[in-house]
Amino acid sequence: MTADFLLNLAQAIVNGLLTGMVYGLMALGLSVIFGVMRIVNFAHGEMMVVGMYLAWMGFEYLQVSPLLSLPVIALLFFGAGYLLQRSLISPFIGRPEHQQFLLLLAVAILLVNASLAIAGPDSRGVQMESQFDSYEVGPLVFDAVRLHAALAAVAIALLLWLFFTRTRTGKSIRAAADNNLAALVVGLDVRRLYAFTFGIGAACVGAAGALMITIIPVSPFLAVEYTLLAFVIVIVGGLGSMTGALLGGLLIGVSEAVAGLLLQPSLKSMFSFGLLILVLLLRPQGLLGKGSQ
Amino acid sequence: MSGARLDLEGVTKHFRGLRAVHDVSFTVPAGAIHALIGPNGAGKTTIFNMIAGVFAPNGGVVRLDGKAISGLRPDLICDAGVGRTFQLVKPFKGLSVLENVTVGALHRKPRLAEAQDSAAAILSRLGLYDRRHQLAESLTLPDRKRLEVARALATEPKLLLLDEVMAGLRPTEVDVMVGFLRELNQRTGLTILLIEHVMRAVMALAAEVVVVSYGEKIAEGTPLEITRHQGVLDVYLGEQEEL
Amino acid sequence: MSFVRRLAGNAPPRILWSLAILLALLLVAPAVLGKYWLSVLILILYFAFVGQAWNIMMGFAGQLSLGHALYAGLGGYIAAGLYFHYGIGPWAGLFAGVAVAVLAGAIVGYLGFRFSLAGVYFALLTIAFAEFTRLAFDHWQWAGGSGGLFLKVEHATDIVNLRGGPVLFYYVILALAAGAFILCRALLRSRLGQYWLAIREDAEAAQAVGVPVLRCKMIAIVISAALTALAGVWNAFYYNNLFPETAFAMGRSIEITLAPIIGGLGTLFGPIVGAVVLTGLGEAFTDLGDVLRIPGIKQIFYGLALLVIVMYRPAGVWPWLANKLGLTERQS
Repeated sequence: MTADFLLNLAQAIVNGLLTGMVYGLMALGLSVIFGVMRIVNFAHGEMMVVGMYLAWMGFEYLQVSPLLSLPVIALLFFGAGYLLQRSLISPFIGRPEHQQFLLLLAVAILLVNASLAIAGPDSRGVQMESQFDSYEVGPLVFDAVRLHAALAAVAIALLLWLFFTRTRTGKSIRAAADNNLAALVVGLDVRRLYAFTFGIGAACVGAAGALMITIIPVSPFLAVEYTLLAFVIVIVGGLGSMTGALLGGLLIGVSEAVAGLLLQPSLKSMFSFGLLILVLLLRPQGLLGKGSQ
Repeated sequence: MSGARLDLEGVTKHFRGLRAVHDVSFTVPAGAIHALIGPNGAGKTTIFNMIAGVFAPNGGVVRLDGKAISGLRPDLICDAGVGRTFQLVKPFKGLSVLENVTVGALHRKPRLAEAQDSAAAILSRLGLYDRRHQLAESLTLPDRKRLEVARALATEPKLLLLDEVMAGLRPTEVDVMVGFLRELNQRTGLTILLIEHVMRAVMALAAEVVVVSYGEKIAEGTPLEITRHQGVLDVYLGEQEEL
Repeated sequence: MSFVRRLAGNAPPRILWSLAILLALLLVAPAVLGKYWLSVLILILYFAFVGQAWNIMMGFAGQLSLGHALYAGLGGYIAAGLYFHYGIGPWAGLFAGVAVAVLAGAIVGYLGFRFSLAGVYFALLTIAFAEFTRLAFDHWQWAGGSGGLFLKVEHATDIVNLRGGPVLFYYVILALAAGAFILCRALLRSRLGQYWLAIREDAEAAQAVGVPVLRCKMIAIVISAALTALAGVWNAFYYNNLFPETAFAMGRSIEITLAPIIGGLGTLFGPIVGAVVLTGLGEAFTDLGDVLRIPGIKQIFYGLALLVIVMYRPAGVWPWLANKLGLTERQS
């Protein structure tokens, strides 16, 4: 092992951690929704892609940096998620899984093709001024764009943490995620809570999209990949566990980056899926999940 | 169909250090009806689950006609001749009443037509024949309980485990079920072990009663002896009105 | 004849007559239909066939697989690869393709069922295996890697090597679809089929009445994988090309699930009705898309149609249709 190699490895891990934070924020949305409603959002990657497109449009047409349009996008996503839950998803809670799957599949098809119809099939990227800036810490290079995205993701995760631990609504959502039945018994307004939760989940993924566009360009075909990636992350971290989703994001971010360095870059997701299979078999509740299914 | 003898020898079960059942032994002779009673959480259903193979005991042995069956899979234990009902009824909701019982009958009669005939016969004995084309999910609770019994009987067991089949039935319905079980036992010699809170049914059916509390057997005897047993009375102090 | 009589069982004569007439019509269809309508019919039969295969897993045994592209892809790739490299015809090659798919199904099933993964977790396991295989085939040179595997297009009919025009492929897929329909009917009227339904409804209760749950689930996934692999072989020789990006894609897996879900899960006619509805919608929207010239517009209409169906006919189109026609399909 040469020093060169170790440096490359360390650099890959740094990049993986930074991207992994954004992954974690995206997966957090999926996890929150599943934890509370027991609904797997099969349209998650499509929502991510819509978030990326919105941020791209803000940048392209209004010259607003994605980091600045992020709050607006998150708010829009919250509202859209709230309404989506209230109107379409609500009747499907507790229904057979294949019906929920079909419903969200239809939503996914609509979202991704609406993006395609509006923005076309080409990749759309954002050329930030900080594109080529970087910070050097010792021998390691922190890509400015990536670092900003990761810091923003951390900040949002912190805000969420405050929301979930300090506010009444947040605590109720956590109670519902921990124990569905208990929340019902305690008499929380479950309908409102569900809609609120879906809004939060959507806001997470919308915000993650706004950050992701600064790292890589968007195309409609990324949607399925992100849906799968979010699944992998939450299963590895523990479906329904919020810290699990964030840590899962870091883990997958790092493992992708390292696999990309050691193996061919195109084999990196194979590594993630291998990890997913192992976790499903050996610890289906996820690394941080508790109890049995 | 004839009955089999059931022996529990020092059966023990822990769940994560929690002692659910400890060193319980008793025998139900072939062709007898015995009852297993005790307060909620005493370990009755855990004992049933060990006999039926849902989980293996940590210690001790369950024997059917002298052959050890503990640790076998539930379907193999059904094969050996144990039929059971579930305390919280588990009908195949999306299937018809006839199909529910046919699944049980297929176990001994692999051909569908024969299994359907035998299922229909059992349904008419339990008064469910007229509902045979209804979906199981549309049945009332008493009918679901009857369906559980019918489905278990369809597997042609030598030992029938009944987990609170009287709970939720009206007194007249209890009498009908008691009559049915007694007639079944006398005609076929089927061995029956029942968990029951409805004392009226226990008194009417069981030759002997085993009482468990906190996972241990605290008394065993005829229903009359049991009602006079001081330890049992202590355990049941809170529930005495039921006795 | 006794087999036919047993198969017919208690089915009403009007259904049997309708089926016989339908089959007769399908048999003469190529003589009457033009190229376009024949290709539409081929598509319908293909989706009815794979739908029937998937329905065995989900509709009968209640195990949600979202990775069935794995079996279709393996079957197609193995048979096409054997033909491409060694000139081994698909009638022999399909045995190898089916064997590999069955092995894959057995592995996925054994791991999933042994570790008692259920519902979404099992579905994710099936997706993971399909994706894993997709990436592996991207790098497997024998199978052409990510550049794909191409069979030479030949127009002369050569039944031995399954080369020829649409009519040949039409009759093959018709035979497969009809065969799968009969097989599923026979399975539902067998002990195994009844056991599957019991497992679907409540596995614990099923095991208590003597159903060997693990074995029955394994048989379900193996039969389902074998049939799906046959569809894959047919697909490979019909389209003459295979890419990991499409053959093992999640989109392919989802496509397989749609006809039975839309048509009516667990019913015999569901996959067929679903295939007609979906292919019909797909073709109609393609025409509309050609007129409107907006990218993605076809899929938007398709998504809307799915949304409407799942909201208003969540149990599928066929149970509702059967009710309207005065036929209530009982499942035995």
